[in-house]
This record gives sequence, C-alpha cells and structure tokens, in this order.
Amino acid sequence: MNRSHRVGLPAVAAAAAVTLVLSACGSSGGSSSGGSSAALTASAPGITATTITIGSHQPLTGVAAPGYDEIAPASNAYFDYVNAHGGVDGRKIVYKYLNDQYNPTDTVSVVKQLVLQDNVYAIFDGLGTPTHLAVAPFLNSEKVPDVFVASGCECWDAPSTLPETFGWQLDYVREGKILGTYIKQHFAGQKVGYFYQDDEFGKDGVKGLDMEIPKADVVSRQSYDPTNINVGPQVAALKASGAKVVVSFTVPAFTALLKLNSLKLAFNPTYVVSDVGADPITLAGLLEAYAKQGGAKVSGNALTQGIITDGYLPTLGEAGNSWITLFKKIHDKYIPKLPFDGNVLFGEAVAYTFVQAMLKAGRNPTREDLVKAIEGGLPQGPAVAPYAYSATGHSGMTGAYIGVIKNGVIVQQGPVLTTTTSPTSPVASYTGSAPAAPASGMP
Amino acid sequence: MTLLRHLAAAVVLGVVLVLLTIGLNPFRDYQIAEIACYVIAVAGLTALVGLSGQISLGHGAFMAIGAYSAALLLLHLRWPLAAVLVASTVITAASGAVVGVAAARLRGPYLAGATLLLAVALPSLALSDNNLFGGDQGLSVVAATPGFLGPSFPLTRWQAWLACLCALIILVLLANLARSRVGRSWRAAGDNEVAAALAGLNVARLRVLAFVVSAACAGLAGTLLALTTSIVSPGAYSLTLSVALLTGAVLGGLGSLAGAVWGSLVLVLVPTYVQDVATSHGLSSSAGGNIPVAAYGVVLVVVMLLFPEGIQGGLVRLYRPLARLVRPLAARVPRPRWRGAARPPAGPLSPAPQPHASASEHQEEGSI
Repeated sequence: MNRSHRVGLPAVAAAAAVTLVLSACGSSGGSSSGGSSAALTASAPGITATTITIGSHQPLTGVAAPGYDEIAPASNAYFDYVNAHGGVDGRKIVYKYLNDQYNPTDTVSVVKQLVLQDNVYAIFDGLGTPTHLAVAPFLNSEKVPDVFVASGCECWDAPSTLPETFGWQLDYVREGKILGTYIKQHFAGQKVGYFYQDDEFGKDGVKGLDMEIPKADVVSRQSYDPTNINVGPQVAALKASGAKVVVSFTVPAFTALLKLNSLKLAFNPTYVVSDVGADPITLAGLLEAYAKQGGAKVSGNALTQGIITDGYLPTLGEAGNSWITLFKKIHDKYIPKLPFDGNVLFGEAVAYTFVQAMLKAGRNPTREDLVKAIEGGLPQGPAVAPYAYSATGHSGMTGAYIGVIKNGVIVQQGPVLTTTTSPTSPVASYTGSAPAAPASGMP
Repeated sequence: MTLLRHLAAAVVLGVVLVLLTIGLNPFRDYQIAEIACYVIAVAGLTALVGLSGQISLGHGAFMAIGAYSAALLLLHLRWPLAAVLVASTVITAASGAVVGVAAARLRGPYLAGATLLLAVALPSLALSDNNLFGGDQGLSVVAATPGFLGPSFPLTRWQAWLACLCALIILVLLANLARSRVGRSWRAAGDNEVAAALAGLNVARLRVLAFVVSAACAGLAGTLLALTTSIVSPGAYSLTLSVALLTGAVLGGLGSLAGAVWGSLVLVLVPTYVQDVATSHGLSSSAGGNIPVAAYGVVLVVVMLLFPEGIQGGLVRLYRPLARLVRPLAARVPRPRWRGAARPPAGPLSPAPQPHASASEHQEEGSI
C-alpha cells in the first residue's frame, strides 16, 4: 500500500504539471483568439479544431411543414457553400436539425438531445413561437447560445430573463406598426377588419397595428385557432362588419383559407397580410391545392394578385439584387430540387447572419463570445434595414418595405420603413443604403 | 410469496436503473424517464386490453387529464410534488370511472369509436380557455430537484429516478392485481362474458374497475411526462399518442407487463435511433423526417409477422426450447426424499409435477 503510494506520487505530480502546462497553453491560445495565426482549439462544447456543430428544431413533418421544411435545408445549403470555401476560420459547420413536428413536447425532446447528448455549440434558428418558448428557459439555464429564433415574437427580446436568446426576423410588433402606418396613410377613414392567429404571433401583430390604426376605424377583430380550419364564421363576421380592408396575421394555410372563404361569400376587401403568411409561391400552391380538394380549379397567382404585404429581405423578383443572385446561385448548386421561394431565401439569409456572428466571435470562441459578439451589433448583411442587437436589446431586424403581390412576385412599394417596438416611436423612412453581397459570398 | 417475488424483482430492477442513470449521460437519463412514463401508461393499457378485453384508443386523453391537472395544481396551488402526483392520478381515475361506465355498455368497434372520440375531442378542449390552459403553447411545469440531493444534482437524473420509482411501484401493484381475485375475474370476463356472468361475476362492475385502474396509470404517466418535459401542451396528447400507446402494448405483447416494458422501449428508442442514423447518412430532410414513422411501421409489421404474441411472447417462445435443454442438467441436483412413497403427497387431481412446473413458468413469463 505504502510503496505504491510512494511510486504513485511523482506520477501524479508529473501529470498535474503536464495538465497545468497544457491548460496554460490553452488559455494563451484563447487570449490571442483575435489573431489569425492562433492554433484552432476545442474552445467550447460543439467546437473542435475542425468543426462547429450547431443544432435546431424544425417542423419537417406535420401541419407546419409545408414551406417551413425548406428553411433548414436552405440554411444547410449556405453552410455547405461556406464549408466548401474554407469554412469559418477553417472550421466546417455541421448543422444538425431535428424534426419536432411543431409540437412543443417534441421540441423539448429534440433540444435536450442536441444539448445534452450531441453537445451542440448553439441552437440556431429554432422554428416557431410555441415550440421555442418551450425550450428557451432550458437553453438559458444551460447557457447555450440560442440564436436567431425563426419567429417574430417580441418575447425573444428579453436580455434580463433570456440572456442567451436572440431574435432575427422583423418582430411582429414592428411589422404591425409598419403595416398599420401604411393602412392609416393609404386607407384613411376606411373600415378595417383584423384576422389573426390566436397566439403570441397574432397578438403581437395586433398590438403593433393598434399603435397606428385609429381605434374607431377597426370594425371587427376575428381570431382563429390554428388547429381548426373552419374559419367560415370569422370571414362572415368580417363581411358583416363592412370592412373594406382586412389585415391578417396568419400562417400561409390560413391566408389561403381566408381568401377562399371570402370568395365563397363574394366578399372582396383589400388584403394586407403579414410577411409570414404572404409568400406568393407557397400561397399560390396552397390556394390551388385547397380549391382542388373542394372540387374547384383556381389560379393561385390570380388570387394572390394585389395582396399588400411587407418584406424584410430583398424581393425574389428583384433580379439585379446581389443577394438574390448569390442565394439563387447557392440554391441552384446545393438544393436545386426545392423551389427558390421566400422560405429558401429566409434559410440562406439567416445562415449568412450566423456565419457573420461566428466570424465576429473570434478564432477560438467560447459560448459567451458568441453572445457578446451579437450584443456588440452585427453588420446588416442581406436584411433591408439594420439589426437592433445590443446588450440591452436582443431583437433583430428593425424595418421592412411595403410590397404588393403582382403576378406571383412581391413588388416593393416605396422606401424601407424602420421603427422600434415602443408605442410612441414613429415609423420613419430608412435613409441608409443596403450593402451589396460580397463577391465571394462569404461575410 | 408472489408479492415478495415481485418486490424483490422490482428492487433488483431499481438498483440496476439507479446504476444506469448514474453511468449514462443526461440525455439518456431523460430518455429513461420518458420510457418509464410510457411503461406506466402502456402497462395500464395492457391490463385493460389484455386482461379485461376492452379496447381504448383514448389513453392519450387520460394522460392529458393527468398532465393538465398536475400543471394547474403546481402553478396555482403550489402543492408539493407527492401530493400533485397522487391528486392528478386520482382525478384521472375519476374521469376513467365516468368513461368506464359508458364503456361498460359498449363492445368492440363501438367502444373503440367512443374512446377515439375522447382522444380527438379532449386536446381541443385545452384550446377553449387560453387563460386557463395556455392554448397551443400550453403550460410550463416546473419541478426542481429536491433539496436533499444537493444543488448540483442533475435534473434529468432526478426525473429519471422519480419516473422509474413510480413505474416500478405501478408494475408491482399491477402484477399483484393481475394475480389476485380481480385479475382472474377480469380474465374470465374478458374471455367469455356470459360464462363469467353465469359464474356469478358482476361483469359491468369489473369492466368499469378495469377502466379506472387503467386511467389512473395513464394519469400518473401523463403527470410524470409533463414533469419530465417541463411542459404540457395539447399537441403532445394527440390521437397519435393514444395510438402509439396501443401499438406499444401490442408490440410488447398484450396482457404482459414485461411486454409493456419492451413496447415502451421501442416507442421511445426506435424513432430517436432511426433519426440519428438518417441524419448521419445525410438523407434529405423530408425523408429524414418521415423515416422514423416508416421504421416504426416496419418494426410493427416484422414483430407481428414473427411473433404474433408480441415481443414478450416471442421471447418466451425462444426461451422454452432453451429451458428444455437446460432442465435435464438441473434435474441432476439431488432432491429431498420423501418417506414411504418417493413422491410428494399429491391429490388425485394434481397434475404430474414436471409439466406443471413448466406450464406455470410459461404463465409467469407470458402473462402478468
């Protein structure tokens, strides 16, 4: 016993010394993380010398899957492009997205798997408000960066309670204000009806609309539950109220149902639809499919004609736009089987923002470095207006343009408008110019 | 004797589980907790379907009742955990009694239809009052690790312990219930209602009781699942869950508690494993998303083709020839000699000892 102790001690001491030296090397590598020559180390969970592993929860099957199931493959296509062009500081991005079927309980399971078993560096672009709300507290308690949630809920902007969570797309309150201002200016004094999803998405949107549209003009407020596709009664109520403008904060399926039910009742108002539910390609497909189920044949593009919406990324129809050119090129190379629509554009653009943030986080970033990097602000990239990221604000984009659907594409009307989520701040034209996409396609 | 044997088995299994949860990573602990929840629900369902011969496509709804009761009690009344577990189980048992009374009048497909209605309608009820039930988003269920385990004790391990403890208790209780007078009466009523009634059994009461017991299990399972996932939302208790539970019971072997364990293992592990394989082979996302569902179907078809009595039935069938091989060896062990006739005293009706032993062994393995 004694002898083995005596023999053992020097070995232990030597091991300790080696560990100390190694950890000293590690920390010196970390402190010079800004330098381009520092060796790549496994600086955080999910980061090795050669890879960055990130995870996400996405609706790949189920009710929310049509359209939204293209987002993660599109992000992955952009990461493939980055990996093929040297990666992020030499590391390749490994993007592991799991199917949660848009069911919050499944979201909990897959996110626990990603964090506790797969040891991802960050959760990126987790899709959906109810789904992501189920895991945001867990991610924050585990101190896992929870970046660029694919939902415009105002709830991601809570640095004191959710310090790891960041929004990305234009939040629904800002969007409501921008749409509301347009209605106030272009349809002054006309009767307005609301049609919105009865959850955080719809309610945040209505909150923004109410900040701008005079109370007296709003003649009807109808909500729907996304699990009940019978919206006939709500549409009838909108018609009965005499609304000339219907603003809808709906997902694509319910925009289509609103439109078809209105047709049936010969109700023909001007539609103003949130960006979420107004992608012309997705919408046209849904309209045609639903009409077919009902035994009718309609032209999707004819029915979407004239819908007013907004956009926070360049419009797909703008052929000369450098971002559209870049993302179309990547789409054609890596995911040619998917349609090049708003969802694909979204997925590629948010992936671009993630690479921007990773590059800013340093050569050997910890999880905290990524959070700090985003809080320090990110360059605008493909968005049409700047981001609002700061230490006290975790919401993403600040503005959008108004667009009208013409022949299946969104056509921009007027300038980009920016605002904040405060009821008193005005909606103003953005005077800065949007940056062009880098020729290399890398941030 | 039976009680002791079941208790001993539970203790051994418990020790193994504790060692497993300590040895495995936190996500595996989470999965163990999930499996334990399913074991409780499937065991309750297998008792209902396999013993009393009633079918239920509505057990997901009972889980929802338990889960929502627990969430509301925790959120608004801040009851201690143990009280919440008992209360939500009792509430679900009561709702099971109501459904059971209706169910006792229905047979076969009509009963399936009625319980199907429950599975479809109840989750929508949760959307009726957004302030109370939280709508699609649901309610969050917060249960921290108890203080005596220390501040750094992993939450998922505690959840696994809690769920496994409850599962073992339920398994022991059900195993004893199945071997009691009640269990025998259930089997009698399930096999032939008329014969059971002629033998003096109150079939209607037995059927309601089976529903109560089974619903109580589902309620407890729902409560534990809510605690494990820390959320209760309508999406989790869809018809798919009810069908999955029944699938688990059938896969494992109807009427077998061991089968309930096999079935739950398949329900939880197969989808995760298959998705892992699918993503690591770089399948396209829509294929990757659908493959777990397909794999599930394939497992079901294969098991039903190879072992119509479920996994447990198949294991028993494999085990029997093995046992026959082993028995001659065991027979060499010297046995106590009886004075006079070299045989234990046996009545004229008792069968020969050897076949009897093997028959009862089969019984123990194959059914509850």
